[in-house]
Amino acid sequence: MGQPNHPPGGRMTARAVVRLGLRRGVGLPSVIVMTSMMGFGSLAADGGISFLTALSASALVWGLPGQVAMAELWAAGANLLTVVLAASLANARFMPMAMSLFPLMRGGTRHRGAPYLLVQLLSVNTWAACQEIFPAIPLHLRVVYYTAFASTILVAGQIGTGLGFFAVAFLPKPVTLGLIFLNPCYFALLFAGTRVRPYVAALLLGAFFGPIIYALAPEWSLLLTGFVAGSAAFFFFDVRPTSVSNAESK
Amino acid sequence: MSETIMLLCAIAGTYLWRALGVAFSARIEPDGALFRWVSCVSYAMLAALISRMTVLPLGSLAETPMSFRLGAMAVAIAVFLLARRGMFSGVIAGVGTFIALVAFA
Repeated sequence: MGQPNHPPGGRMTARAVVRLGLRRGVGLPSVIVMTSMMGFGSLAADGGISFLTALSASALVWGLPGQVAMAELWAAGANLLTVVLAASLANARFMPMAMSLFPLMRGGTRHRGAPYLLVQLLSVNTWAACQEIFPAIPLHLRVVYYTAFASTILVAGQIGTGLGFFAVAFLPKPVTLGLIFLNPCYFALLFAGTRVRPYVAALLLGAFFGPIIYALAPEWSLLLTGFVAGSAAFFFFDVRPTSVSNAESK
Repeated sequence: MSETIMLLCAIAGTYLWRALGVAFSARIEPDGALFRWVSCVSYAMLAALISRMTVLPLGSLAETPMSFRLGAMAVAIAVFLLARRGMFSGVIAGVGTFIALVAFA
């Protein structure tokens, strides 16, 4: 029941898509986001950041690497500009992520401004989940799935941040460190199953050159690595579709 | 007060990327070359980020030996593949290994 075995454009109803999004979101993704955000909550509490600021950051920055950069640098007493620049650049991935997800959801919203609101919900989890399931969901209902899934894990993130903030006093140090390690660990597995050739190449090149470029230019390393490694993967490993229907524009 | 300003700037600094992405996405066709290139850039950036967080983490995680982090990551991926893409098993194994190494090694 409710499995996405319908053909695209089939008789999937909006309600069924909402249910599917909620059910997919409530499982492992929520557990992972909750525990990762516990890591952030405990980091924030440790660094003297207020409870309200920590919760607001999880809801409105909604990008863990940027939040971690913010909490760590703030605790270290860095100046405002340094903190904000580091937090912002650590979350620069949202630009190409939005560019490679929103074209797949076209036609689902009536208002032109809606995507600017919806994009606030975007996170790595939602991006990966949508990339996987969109082929099975009719075009006009994809935005419904996106919203249902993303909202679910946003709530999980709030719960996790709150728990972590107050649990930090009771958690042994290795567990707190484990909670912070959980985020890169889960992200790595999220992409370890990728099979599409150019994307596998992009992942490997990015993983290899990421830390090297970071050592040379820490602030700009993600943008730089993404651009260079991503372009290299595209130019050397992308297989051009040969059919006429896939004629490329731009 | 300054904490609130910092937070608002961090929110704006992150939203900027999101909004730029949406603005540019209007010109991208999902079956075009540009879309595949941007997807490649996304994957590369995500991998660079994951790799940076593991190899050169910020703050408290940086105080743990790199061998612990890389070892735990290897265990996570191995278990994930052995368990036929068992996400849950992989994460538990990886994080469990990491906590055990930090606590007892």
